[in-house]
Amino acid sequence: MSVQSPISSVNDFVIRFANVNGSGSASANELFARSILRMGVPVSPRNIFPSNIQGLPTWYEVRVTEDGHLGARGGVDMMVAMNPQTWDRDVASIEPGGYLFYDSTKPIPASKFREDITVIGVPLTAITNSTYTDPRQRQLFKNIIYLGALSALLEIDPKVIEQLIGEQYKTKEKLLASNVHALHLGRDWALQNLKCPITLTVKKSEKVGDRIFMEGNSAAALGAVYGGATVCAWYPITPSSSVADAFTAHCKKLRHDPETGKAKYAIVQGEDELASIGIVIGASWNGARAFTATSGPGVSLMQEFIGLSYFAEIPAVIMNVQRAGPSTGMPTRTQQCDVIACAYASHGDTKHVLLFPEDPAEAFEFAAQSFDLAERLQTMIFLMLDLDIGMNHRLCRPLKWDESREYDRGKVMTAEMLDDGRDFGRYLDVDGDGIPFRTYPGTHPSKGSFFTRGTSRDRYARYSEDGAVYADNMQRLLRKFETAQDLVPRPLQANAQKPTKYGVIYYGSTSPAMDEAIEILEKRGHHLDRLRIRAFPFHSSVASFVADHDFVYVVEQNRDAQLRSLIVNENGIDPVRLVPILHYDGTPITARFIAGAIGDHQDQLKVTPLKKVKS
Amino acid sequence: MTYIAKPKFQHPGLPKNDLGYTRRDYEGKISTLCAGCGHDSITASIIEACFHLSIEPHRVAKISGIGCSSKTPDYFLGNSHGFNSVHGRMPSVLTGANLANRDLIYLGVSGDGDSASIGFGQFAHSIRRGVNMTYIVENNGVYGLTKGQFSATADRGSKSKKGVTNADSAIDLVAIALQLGATFVARSFSGDKTQLVPMIEAAIKHKGAAFIDVISPCIAFNNHAGSTKSFDYVREHNDAVNRLDVITGREPITVDYAPGTVQVVEQHDGTRLALRKLDADYDVHDRLAAMTFLQKHAAKGQVVTGLLYVDAESEDLHDRLNTVDAPLNTLAAKDLSPGSAALDKINASLR
Repeated sequence: MSVQSPISSVNDFVIRFANVNGSGSASANELFARSILRMGVPVSPRNIFPSNIQGLPTWYEVRVTEDGHLGARGGVDMMVAMNPQTWDRDVASIEPGGYLFYDSTKPIPASKFREDITVIGVPLTAITNSTYTDPRQRQLFKNIIYLGALSALLEIDPKVIEQLIGEQYKTKEKLLASNVHALHLGRDWALQNLKCPITLTVKKSEKVGDRIFMEGNSAAALGAVYGGATVCAWYPITPSSSVADAFTAHCKKLRHDPETGKAKYAIVQGEDELASIGIVIGASWNGARAFTATSGPGVSLMQEFIGLSYFAEIPAVIMNVQRAGPSTGMPTRTQQCDVIACAYASHGDTKHVLLFPEDPAEAFEFAAQSFDLAERLQTMIFLMLDLDIGMNHRLCRPLKWDESREYDRGKVMTAEMLDDGRDFGRYLDVDGDGIPFRTYPGTHPSKGSFFTRGTSRDRYARYSEDGAVYADNMQRLLRKFETAQDLVPRPLQANAQKPTKYGVIYYGSTSPAMDEAIEILEKRGHHLDRLRIRAFPFHSSVASFVADHDFVYVVEQNRDAQLRSLIVNENGIDPVRLVPILHYDGTPITARFIAGAIGDHQDQLKVTPLKKVKS
Repeated sequence: MTYIAKPKFQHPGLPKNDLGYTRRDYEGKISTLCAGCGHDSITASIIEACFHLSIEPHRVAKISGIGCSSKTPDYFLGNSHGFNSVHGRMPSVLTGANLANRDLIYLGVSGDGDSASIGFGQFAHSIRRGVNMTYIVENNGVYGLTKGQFSATADRGSKSKKGVTNADSAIDLVAIALQLGATFVARSFSGDKTQLVPMIEAAIKHKGAAFIDVISPCIAFNNHAGSTKSFDYVREHNDAVNRLDVITGREPITVDYAPGTVQVVEQHDGTRLALRKLDADYDVHDRLAAMTFLQKHAAKGQVVTGLLYVDAESEDLHDRLNTVDAPLNTLAAKDLSPGSAALDKINASLR
């Protein structure tokens, strides 16, 4: 037996709560994360939950990170093991020298523990049952009691927790008092019976700054409010349902006429994804800003309408909160696996605009921008979120809105323009950018009406099966897509401290893990220039970034290196120069994984002198 | 035959409506359907109804799915925007369009393949939601564009042109619409313009989901002996429960009706529907009785036509959603963006 000294760390550790879903643990766990945040220490929490409502295992992981590393880290320094079903693997997942916190009311055989970890038993059930008789209360307050015990062990300021409870139950004084009481039950027991603190502690810091703590889905929904969306049609699907829920909640607060109380929005829960996207396309055709939120299976169902949007040139926005596919896949696990499915969605030759936000702040900005892009380009815009940023609270910069910002409604011909004798051809490229003018229904008694159809037609929207007319239109659609390159968010490049022949391309929720991996790799002597892609079609700087480096790693959260395929296909790049780094087990990608995979590849690239091999 | 340009010439003495428009102003392109197609009669009835009602020809949105019926919006109201969308998805596209601008008139044109098969779900849900629209199904019991396959409204035991007997039960869209809560339900026959024109007028004036099932024989594939959707069969089995006169404006009802034979229904906008009863016991306000009546007569092989149900106190989707009076598509950034001060507050609540 080796003597393992306990892991010692201030403001830098990972704690994981193993719970049963439906047990009310989520709010206590979130309270834990928020209390650390209020002490000025950045945290990055993640829910790992089943596709189920009650009874199955669920985990909540909080990475406490003074350095602000918001990606998942991997490994667990302290396990709060509240679920007997997963005990064995929870105990096994603790890092050597880590801590196990458990409910010691019932004796557990010694063989169920490990000798290289520190075990902390608190008789949570006994404390709870001696105080509460109502079964539901027992269940809920047990969670607050362990939170109290943890506050003593980790030196979390109980006043901060009390304040948070106070904010939560502002209007419910009875609940406030009983929660605070439960908190102190746990805390006092720990202080009296255990050695407090342990070697993992939280210390007040100033590292959070003015950042906010928000879920990406809620941020995207708020972006839709600010971006002027008035019609939302959706169908429930994990992990995107909370986009529509949040849009509803934001609209209730922000979008009612103060005088009449009437709604400046319309939300319809469709009977399926086909109806949802149909409503969005009908509304957009008629000049409203409309969107739907869905996930992979929903995008599959919407294919026909996506093609219509592309070909008939009707603006629309789909927020795709990606989850692990194919088919039903893993509905509650994260991936970036719909890149190809969305980029080339629907039958025939199509290409669609994709936006890849990295966090809630960008989800807000890109969501608002997506409506400008949809109307400017008169086409489908995909906002590519994923479960990791969509359904987890993430620390990000505060949201900003320029008060003078007007919406870009695109090329819309008005009754005045028609009366002035402007030539209106619905599919006529008047400016050379591939974008024609459109009219809203009901504009003019005798001018500007047209018949929208998914069949081929000429520049004046007249039905045609003439090959030359068809090809002319398809070429214009390509020109329009080229125009999109300069309108969508540009890639962001960050160069290594030293000149390097190697680069890395990444996107979306991979960002924080990538940033941290760069630090790890630099310590190992590997320097990489970084390019974060934020949209498709790719800006010309993507091709030049690849050209400027011998090898470029493309880090993605899918099996088939989908973004890499897209880069190769769209830019005619030799695939050998793009090295895929792929993480696709449904857990969020970690810095350890990226640094390990890239580091190993870099080590292989190091040329060993021939002399050394011979000797 | 779209290559034939429709002559723009019109007789100077053509009658004009209250807005000064002639019937020609409500026409569209030349039909490309088969000569004698029932759908063309429906097109003519729509033109006639819009002319009568003095609707501004550009204030209608014509939305359809895919199929012969769905082509027809190109043949009427040429100054209105039309949208020939995706097979079976007219109802969702129309719902979205209606949400964007509540001030236009929404005319949904669909067929039996479009609404009873691929789009059965969308048909049902648009009616459940009470979308303010006139939903016309041009019902011929076959897939015409793909040359004569049975549709879901083909009666069990009826024969196809090739002699195949239909073994599946038929879907009666009128019965379903009643069950789903449509606030205006009617059935007519494309060969009976005097019944159909006022029915379309009443439906357009109705607030809420107005559904009209129009039996419209397919001259090419479903007009033979053994079909229950042929001109001959429908003429022989047509059982009209009432005849309709639509009275707009405030003028008094001047037509002389025999006492007890007329039921007057006043709709939201003041439009009055004078129903001349052909079946003395039929009550257009009794949804349950209507359903029973339909079932009984269907069992006898009769095609019940007329205004079958109307709720004069109907509401629409906008009422349910409590949306603002101004069309949503007219709201600008100042109406929709809550502004930076509100965002600062939100930021503060997220710390």
